[in-house]
Amino acid sequence: MYHKTTAYRIFNVFNICLLVFLSIMCIVPLIHVLAVSFSAKSAADANLVGLWPVQFSLEAYKKTMNNPIFLHSIWISVLRTVLGTGLTLLITFLAAYPLSKETSVFRSRNVYSWLFVFSMIFNGGLVPFYMVIQKIHLMDSFWVLVLPGAVNTFLVILMLNFFRGIPKEMEEAALIDGAGHFRTLFSIFLPISMPSIATIALFSMVFHWNSWFDGLLYLSNAKDYPLATFLQTVIIQKDMSSMSMSPKEMELLSQTTVNAAQIFIGAAPILIVYPFLQKYFVKGMTLGSVKE
Amino acid sequence: MRSLQRTWPFHIMLLPAIIFLIVFSYIPMGGIVMAFQNYKPWLGITGSEWVGLDNFRFLFQREDSLQVVWNTLIIAVLKMFFNLLIPFVFAILLNEIRKVGLQRSIQTLVYLPHFLSWVILGGILIDLLATDGFMNRILGSFGIQPIFFLGDNNWFRFTVIVSDIWKEFGYNTIVFLAALAGINPSLYEASEMDGASRWRQTLHITVPSLIPMVVVVGTLALGNVLNAGFDQIFNLYNPLVYQKGDIIDTFVYRTALINGEMGFATAIGLFKSVISMVLILISYRLAYKWAGYRIF
Repeated sequence: MYHKTTAYRIFNVFNICLLVFLSIMCIVPLIHVLAVSFSAKSAADANLVGLWPVQFSLEAYKKTMNNPIFLHSIWISVLRTVLGTGLTLLITFLAAYPLSKETSVFRSRNVYSWLFVFSMIFNGGLVPFYMVIQKIHLMDSFWVLVLPGAVNTFLVILMLNFFRGIPKEMEEAALIDGAGHFRTLFSIFLPISMPSIATIALFSMVFHWNSWFDGLLYLSNAKDYPLATFLQTVIIQKDMSSMSMSPKEMELLSQTTVNAAQIFIGAAPILIVYPFLQKYFVKGMTLGSVKE
Repeated sequence: MRSLQRTWPFHIMLLPAIIFLIVFSYIPMGGIVMAFQNYKPWLGITGSEWVGLDNFRFLFQREDSLQVVWNTLIIAVLKMFFNLLIPFVFAILLNEIRKVGLQRSIQTLVYLPHFLSWVILGGILIDLLATDGFMNRILGSFGIQPIFFLGDNNWFRFTVIVSDIWKEFGYNTIVFLAALAGINPSLYEASEMDGASRWRQTLHITVPSLIPMVVVVGTLALGNVLNAGFDQIFNLYNPLVYQKGDIIDTFVYRTALINGEMGFATAIGLFKSVISMVLILISYRLAYKWAGYRIF
């Protein structure tokens, strides 16, 4: 019926064109960066590069990969992402289980819930937080990148909503068979929670990989910066002190193409992981938002 | 005591999270007293002079801080409005595409920018939007004079808002797409029997079905009125556009860590936190009342 009317057909063609255009617009800037990173210095400096490399060259990547500080910052980022995500997953998983219980089963639940929710809606602000980090001697330590973000109430809520969707009978059966709560959590809940664990892992990984402000704020030595902070200082603040190059090298080098290469390498892990986890986070997100 | 015997595993499970919350969330709240002091780092919290509400008085007297509050409100409200409207329309249009493969591909592409950081996107945009950049070359081919998107007070807010919409609109459609998937198909079938056109169906079935979601997303956004996006502004702005682009969070950073006015910066931070908290509580209440939304 309506599918067959001329007006709907015209609309449909127009609609598809519009949405395809919009979705391409979402990645055009990335394609441009990629093209610049593979172009020759002269072409990039003259702004001749559009969406395709001009005078293809791998020079920028060679230079980038020869910079020990850049490589070290990647290592720091990988380490923080792995440790940070692991810690967040463990803590979130453990905390969400008791919080998913009914108040009649776990009476202190409301007190705990309020502790979580209040921490989400009110905070001391930047300055008091900075001073606490100083007081507990986390300044200039790698752990300042991992520990402060370990608990995220939003992720706990996502997880506990998933737990609530698990049939009660499964838990009851386990408890009757003599399993304790820890056993139930790890042997029964863990295997069936994989979709929401994947969602939380994705969010946490993206958070850690992208975090730059904590490095800037709490680490004084540029050699300890994670990749995102390194990129922030070099590309946004244009602070070349951490580039470890002789002035002569700097002259030879087009900063434009090297920057583009660095930006692309910085985005690459997300571009790689994202398609695999996409189906999970869409499910996880809608589960968290619609049911709530 | 008997209840503790049954629930001790729960307390143990919550222990790690609670320790982290106390250290990184509740102890910093104690530092708020600095807002009422003329804080000097070498004197510490115990030794610094108490000044009552002076810091807050400054907040409403200093021209720069008033401008900053104003900038924050304008940028945040415009972002909220467009980040509600555009995903709403986009979700409805996307839902009209019947080819599942095409629909999926479009979704994959539009969600992507959300997961890239503002450092990455800032690096890209600074290059792309420079006066001699790619963007201005395209505009130039239409005969438009070069625009200094990131260095001109008249253009900066526009750039910030448009780039934020660009980054987030796809991701924000997720909730609307989920709501669309939940609409009972028999409604469409029935209306089709009655001869309703697709446009009529959209108007009388699709849009009304999405309204609860719009209400939830809209009211929850209320709590973000004072969050105009620290990461984005910090990575895009420069002294040329402080006048129109500086927001509360970036201002706090500069006042505290560059100018060393710790007490004043804490006061602005507290001002922001308190107002945000009140707004969040109101918005949660409204979202519950209007759409039955609960966070826990």
